[in-house]
Amino acid sequence: MGNRTPLYDSHVAMGAKIVDFGGWDMPLHYGSQLAEHHQVREDVGMFDVSHMTVTDVKGARTRELLRLLLANNVDKLKTPGKALYSCMLNAKGGVMDDLIVYFMDEEWFRVVSNAATREKDLAWISSAARELGGITVNEREDLAMIAVQGPNAREKVIEVLGENLRETAGPLKPFQAIHIGELFIATTGYTGEDGYEIIMPGQAAPFAWQRLAEAGVAPIGLGARDTLRLEAGMCLYGSDMDETTSPLESGLAWTVALEPAERKFIGREALETLKAGGVKRKLVGLVLEDKGVLRGGQKLVCEAAGAGTITSGSVAPTLNKSIALARVPAQVELGGRCQVEIRGRPTAARVVKFPFVRHGKSCFD
Amino acid sequence: MSQIPQELKYTKSHEWARMNDDGSITVGITDHAQDLMGDMVYLELPEVGSTLEAGKDCAVVESVKAASDVYAPLSGEVLEVNAGITDSPETVNKDPYGEGWMLRLQPADKSQWEALMDASAYQALIAEES
Repeated sequence: MGNRTPLYDSHVAMGAKIVDFGGWDMPLHYGSQLAEHHQVREDVGMFDVSHMTVTDVKGARTRELLRLLLANNVDKLKTPGKALYSCMLNAKGGVMDDLIVYFMDEEWFRVVSNAATREKDLAWISSAARELGGITVNEREDLAMIAVQGPNAREKVIEVLGENLRETAGPLKPFQAIHIGELFIATTGYTGEDGYEIIMPGQAAPFAWQRLAEAGVAPIGLGARDTLRLEAGMCLYGSDMDETTSPLESGLAWTVALEPAERKFIGREALETLKAGGVKRKLVGLVLEDKGVLRGGQKLVCEAAGAGTITSGSVAPTLNKSIALARVPAQVELGGRCQVEIRGRPTAARVVKFPFVRHGKSCFD
Repeated sequence: MSQIPQELKYTKSHEWARMNDDGSITVGITDHAQDLMGDMVYLELPEVGSTLEAGKDCAVVESVKAASDVYAPLSGEVLEVNAGITDSPETVNKDPYGEGWMLRLQPADKSQWEALMDASAYQALIAEES
């Protein structure tokens, strides 16, 4: 038996197919992964993401700690409630994890990172915190997290969790959070749709889940979560980037703040060296033009530019095509063609910019 | 609970086979197999007239989750394929023993039919695997 979230029994009662996900017993789908995907794009669905790691970092030197640990610049967070996406790098510039950090107040930042990297992340953050001193690193195992995503997500959440949220959570811009009583409500997500990620006490989660379900918010499994994030062009840690790849090779250069030059962060020197020598690889989108399905691990060849590998691939239910993210030589051009080897057969694909889908609409023709 | 029709024969790799009145054999994948794989999104069927060898891959089914080979339950020549399902792979999820059939073959060696599992043996196999 793996780890279980406070919503495990709710999933089983709703007919979920349970699979192991990084040591957690999680719902893959509740009947049809494709129907769940469309449900989120067209209406609203909810995901149990309580397996993710929520860590409260507190103390006077917290901002200083995060300046050192994160490739993005935590000083972009000036207003309480603002959130920032960042990679946390090792000294070689490889990605230890990707995470969202929320600025609560000057002595409290909340970090939400991946499930499979829990021990590694906590050890890394704690060790740096000890060196600075006066910082507490507290993993919030007592909390659960439900992501409600889709064009109708805001309306449903307000309907279920209380009209009083209309004034507060209702108008939140993307990448912001508010803390109301025991609810932490953030306008973040992993689907390319509008919506909230709601952190709450674990014991309150089954009731909230049930109320949302009764209001017509369908439960969505990790299967659809993966096709939704792939369409949205969002990287998956462990597939699209890991400790051996830098954010500069993973379509994540926009999350690396090399300015101001005086900010020292772990991995900075390695990234500067890589940049000075010219980044040799990059992440691109692929759309399959022939029949078949692109999958992680498949090899591809681009005309004149050389070989690459698919890091994530699947079907894009919104587009009714197969799409992928692939790591290729830097000289590969958008709009060009490549040949992906699918079961020994070269299959034509087009190189495109990602995201593939935003707010329910295709991003390319 | 998966459906396992009594009149069919089965393989360890989760194909089913039906003996038709004219001696030909219709082949598909079982309800258990489609349930394990989840939503089907792509199928590749063999060409009519091609020769299949028992136990060798003869078709590909891909779900959202993964790709999987389909193995020929018996050796023989492909008489017909259910080409329509390549445009609607979800048919294999909805009706794996009916509209979701994959191919019909003329068996080369009828003794291979006898060697396939019956419904109760297949039932025992999936009970053991789950």
